[in-house]
Amino acid sequence: MAEPSDPNAPWVNPAGMITVAITAALFIFFARYLPVVPVEGAVPFVWDWIPSLDIRMSFWLDGLSLMFALLITGIGALVMLYAARYLAGHPQYNRFALYLFSFMLSMLGLVLADNLITLFVFWELTTFTSYLLIGFSHTDPKSRRNALQALLLTAAGGLALLAGFILIGITQGTFELSQLNAAGTMAEHPAYLGILILVLIGAFTKSAQVPLHFWLPNAMAAPTPVSAYLHSATMVKAGVYLLARMHPSLSGSDVWVWVLTLFGATTAVFASFMAVRQTDLKQTLAYTTLMALGTLVLFLAGSTGYAITAAMTFLLVHSLYKAGLFLVIGIVDHETGTRDANVLGGLARAMPITAAAAALSGLAMAGIPPFLGFIAKEVAYAGALEMALTVFVVVMAFAAFALMFAVALIVAWKPFFGPQGDLPRTPHEGPWAMVLGPATLAVLGLLFGLMPGVAAYYLIEPAVAAVMGAPDTGGRLKLWAGFNLPLLLSLLTFAAGYLLYRFHLDLRERLARIEARAPDLDAGWDRLLDAFVAFAKGQTRVIQTGVLRHYMFATFAVLAVAMLATMLLRPVGGVSLAFDGIGFMEWGIAALIAAGTVLVILTSSRIAALVGLGVVGIGVALIFIVYSAPDVAITQLLVELLVVVLLAVALLKMPYLDAGNRQTHRPFDAALAVLVGGLTAWVLLRVTDAPFDRRLTDFFEGASWTEAFGRNIVNVILVDFRTLDTFGEIAVVIVAALGAFALLKGGLKRGPEGETAPHAEKERKE
Amino acid sequence: MNSIIFTAGARILVALLFVFSLFMLLRGHHLPGGGFIGGLLGAVAFIVYSLACGPAEAKAALRASPEGIAMVGLGIALLAGLVSFVFGDPLFTGQWYWVGGDSYETSIFSINSVLVFDIGVYLVVLGGILSLAFAFEEET
Repeated sequence: MAEPSDPNAPWVNPAGMITVAITAALFIFFARYLPVVPVEGAVPFVWDWIPSLDIRMSFWLDGLSLMFALLITGIGALVMLYAARYLAGHPQYNRFALYLFSFMLSMLGLVLADNLITLFVFWELTTFTSYLLIGFSHTDPKSRRNALQALLLTAAGGLALLAGFILIGITQGTFELSQLNAAGTMAEHPAYLGILILVLIGAFTKSAQVPLHFWLPNAMAAPTPVSAYLHSATMVKAGVYLLARMHPSLSGSDVWVWVLTLFGATTAVFASFMAVRQTDLKQTLAYTTLMALGTLVLFLAGSTGYAITAAMTFLLVHSLYKAGLFLVIGIVDHETGTRDANVLGGLARAMPITAAAAALSGLAMAGIPPFLGFIAKEVAYAGALEMALTVFVVVMAFAAFALMFAVALIVAWKPFFGPQGDLPRTPHEGPWAMVLGPATLAVLGLLFGLMPGVAAYYLIEPAVAAVMGAPDTGGRLKLWAGFNLPLLLSLLTFAAGYLLYRFHLDLRERLARIEARAPDLDAGWDRLLDAFVAFAKGQTRVIQTGVLRHYMFATFAVLAVAMLATMLLRPVGGVSLAFDGIGFMEWGIAALIAAGTVLVILTSSRIAALVGLGVVGIGVALIFIVYSAPDVAITQLLVELLVVVLLAVALLKMPYLDAGNRQTHRPFDAALAVLVGGLTAWVLLRVTDAPFDRRLTDFFEGASWTEAFGRNIVNVILVDFRTLDTFGEIAVVIVAALGAFALLKGGLKRGPEGETAPHAEKERKE
Repeated sequence: MNSIIFTAGARILVALLFVFSLFMLLRGHHLPGGGFIGGLLGAVAFIVYSLACGPAEAKAALRASPEGIAMVGLGIALLAGLVSFVFGDPLFTGQWYWVGGDSYETSIFSINSVLVFDIGVYLVVLGGILSLAFAFEEET
């Protein structure tokens, strides 16, 4: 965990303030759509990205996206302001601000994307930026390990997700979410089950459903503002967002209902118990996040108005109180130096505003009227009574909410109003930049509860409409819904929750004993990773001999086998050699190349061999010139020149080839060389035998001038028609150069005397 | 390599080669040449110089680190591609602006994203190969 730094350091700096300002501006930008979306539905923004692959940068602002966008930018701005103060004077604060800002933008892109591929790109971006954020205290090995765990797990889920998206694209003929959702459920399609499983793996890893949950509590290694942001409204909600977004097209089957209900309910109840078990308040909150994610998944299993309304309301409530509480814990940690639930108590007098914010957020979390949390709970019970597996859902929801009530008291009541313990530091009120966030969020939770109609009209009902794929009837959010079953369940929840709080110390002990006997998934992960590394090392030792000749032999052997197999399986027939029309010049060049080759084979001097190779290369360049391909010829000549010059520099220092020892493998090399050469010649002759297809040539000859204004077709293809390919190639040039650079500069230092690598020694002895 | 003739000659040769590499880059759209060839030639120029006077001096003459040049080149190429978004076209669509006219024939010259992309390619090839070559020479 990053230690909160010097409280007296100046904290207003450009990096922090600019990111806060931009995020706040984005919040205002999205807030201006608040009156638009409930009336007009969705607002699309489209740019063509790679139209030839049907990949568009299309964005789509509907109720669901809008709610997420407001949460992301709103909480984002508050968290960034908070972080500026929290990390004041931290030497790497600027880097932190950059990470946090990039994360915010990736998350924003994710919830606005309409194209599945665009969505996937942003999905992966959130994975990478959250990796940087979780591992921000990179000098701490535990922090690095936990960040890597989060990265590997969520990226693995991301791969499954990509596969699912591609399957959707192939089977449904479009990547646009708006079209997919408009088309309704794809439950009848034969590929549905595969798509569903792949998408669910992606969503469940990101939203940390049991048994893939263990990375989330570990991700608390991040500084507290990061936890507040990632685990309230953003990162972990991405999976929930995806399920909600794809609800119209993926729900509507029994599998969907069963899987989401079981995983969601299990996660919610398991996490609630684990939350009581923890003594570190931040860990407690981490598990309550898990509980919330489970609950959201559980209610997304349903398709009725109440179930979806419950999910959306709870999502809003949870984002507000969870971000608030995380920020409060950060203040407590910052001001007292501890987060231990057993020690903290009686802080209300020293930090009244923080205590008030904590109390308000805690009441929202506990679901006490008149907070929005209460309404969310009422709607949730109403939804649960309508869902499939009713009894199971109601019981699980009841257990989770009762435990949540107890946890709310542990987190938000006890530290401030309970008995005081020994604190490492004398507590005092946090600075305004840090108190502002939790206070705002806590007050919002209360205001929305007092005016449920406003929250429902502007935020929740448009979101519900987006998830249901149909206009929402609304009118479900009421502070007072009359005497009914949900109200009774709520009252029972309070009673059970209070009892749990009274005995939570006993319960904690008991849970600790159970936990000690349960399998430890986190340790299992480490063992899995160790086994993976051991396997990688083992196979590297076998495959990577470090002898260049072996690599070359293997490469060409594979080439020969591939060509031979193809030609045997699909017989292409023989070839006829015709020598007519070959002039003096061609014969001369052929003789030159042959002479160069003979020199390479026979000489025992490396330099002479290199010169021989150079002659061969220049011969090839001459062929290009004769057959009018000047561009290729020039490139070939230059590359040949560079290779000869560079290798000559290196070879000057190397010993003569050992004439005595080279006989053993030479026959094999010769056989392989003849085989590859013969096969290549055969293929080339067959290819030139086939009639030449002029379609592409004609197209480029015509279009290169009229469409790209260039007369050099080769260059026009490189920089205009096939630019993306060229861009990929130059990226490869850089990667190759950097790789070679690293090998030359870094790799050699590990060897004896810091000059030669062990492999190089081995090579010389051959 | 301690040859006075080579060292003295290299200084002139390098300048000529380098100018020639720029010439090849700029003529590429209509005649043999372009970013790849230009970049290779530019790299040859500096490699000749480093053979004659040592990699340290060649690096000093280059003024920037070759890795940096390659990275900047990649960035320029990417920007040349992204520009098309501003004009509402798909990624990497060539953008042309005619100076003093409205088509190739009537204008005096053009400002276009294609040449900018080619300059990016030039810098990547130049920087990539030089970073390799310098590392190579310093090691051996």
